Amino acid sequence: MSAILARARLAPFKAATVARAISSSSTRAANPAPPDGTPPQKEPLMKQFKIYRWNPDEPTEKPKLQTYEVDLNSCGPMMLDALIKIKNEMDPTLTFRRSCREGICGSCAMNINGTNTLACLCRIEKTPKPAKIYPLPHMYIIKDLVPDMTQFYKQYKSIEPYLKNDNPPEKEHIQSIEDRKKLDGMYECILCACCSTSCPSYWWNQDEYLGPATLMQAYRWMADSRDSYGAERKEKLQNTFSLYRCHTIFNCSRTCPKGLNPAAAIAKIKLELATE
Amino acid sequence: MLALRTPGLRLALRRAGAANTSSRLRPFQSLAPLQRSVQTQSVAPAASEAILNAQRLRRPSSPHFTIYQLQVQMYMSIVNRATGGALSAALYAFSLAYLAAPVVGVPFDTAHIVEFVQTLPEWAKYGAKGALAFPFAYHSISGLRHLTWDLTKMMTVKAALRSGYVVLGLSAVSTVGLMLM
Repeated sequence: MSAILARARLAPFKAATVARAISSSSTRAANPAPPDGTPPQKEPLMKQFKIYRWNPDEPTEKPKLQTYEVDLNSCGPMMLDALIKIKNEMDPTLTFRRSCREGICGSCAMNINGTNTLACLCRIEKTPKPAKIYPLPHMYIIKDLVPDMTQFYKQYKSIEPYLKNDNPPEKEHIQSIEDRKKLDGMYECILCACCSTSCPSYWWNQDEYLGPATLMQAYRWMADSRDSYGAERKEKLQNTFSLYRCHTIFNCSRTCPKGLNPAAAIAKIKLELATE
Repeated sequence: MLALRTPGLRLALRRAGAANTSSRLRPFQSLAPLQRSVQTQSVAPAASEAILNAQRLRRPSSPHFTIYQLQVQMYMSIVNRATGGALSAALYAFSLAYLAAPVVGVPFDTAHIVEFVQTLPEWAKYGAKGALAFPFAYHSISGLRHLTWDLTKMMTVKAALRSGYVVLGLSAVSTVGLMLM
């Protein structure tokens, strides 16, 4: 109710529309309201969710897909809503990471219907086809949809993702508008690991290849006009594995839930290494 | 309940409760021993590492190639790798056979090869030419695409998809052209 009042103060026109929608809902709904005044019920719209399960307490059991049926008419619009509904109402043992529910924390990264994405940004398709939910591909699984990110974070740490400058200025570190623009499309990365775990090269060479997420951040610091360690940063990538396992397959840019382009950043590193 | 969050008040309440158990503050005290269904144990850091390592050994690797939605880009990368490997293998096999033939006494020289090809039916000639021409055309044109990428040109998902279809079209045309030569 307070939300409606707040909206009424800000936009009376909108509030009026809401009020009209509320008053006419009984006539517009598929089922007319029962005479006793209870709100009309929508027909249940069942959809199957097939979810990867593995329990560390039973390590000899093989991972399996477990099927849950959810009524989409009593569920939020996103995959994360369905997962939370399943956990709350059907199976409290279902385990997954989630936090912000709005695509800024990167916790709920998983493989949904064959593509890596954030569950909170992925709409549930209202089709009878079952939704398939796997953890991020080719990662060690702690439980169900929770992968072990240790290696990923270590790789990120290895590129020294912070400003390094031996002669910092006395006051502000001034940067021109053009130089600042070079960081757009890179600093927005939330390190959800969707891109790295979608990359076939990363699947096969995870131990040595840094992967798109880490490489884009490596370039983010190379491209920063305030950083004076560009040469050292490049030197670290000058080997067969760290960078050059990228074969420009574009799975990273295609899957990025933030719409960033790690493939382009990697191409820029390659060009800079080739032309220095 | 909210009042309990005020610093120092909790202690004061506890003291008051201890002094006068029949006071009206008793309901607050009854909230204290909240039972948890799962109990935790504290272990030494070394021991916890051993537990973690034991868990790590048992962790399964999540499925990857079998569940990931295959993209045109993935197919093209696989085919690029395969055609490159096949062309190299064919070149090495042919050259080594050519070198080794006189040593082992097998008639594998230009005259004999030309004679052998002349005896083949039409379809086999076109088939063999196509089998050589497609990998050559596809791998060469894909190579040009990779060079374009190395100049950081056409590095968006859309442009990459478009250039992929161009590569497929051009290699089909060149394959047919080479077969008719």
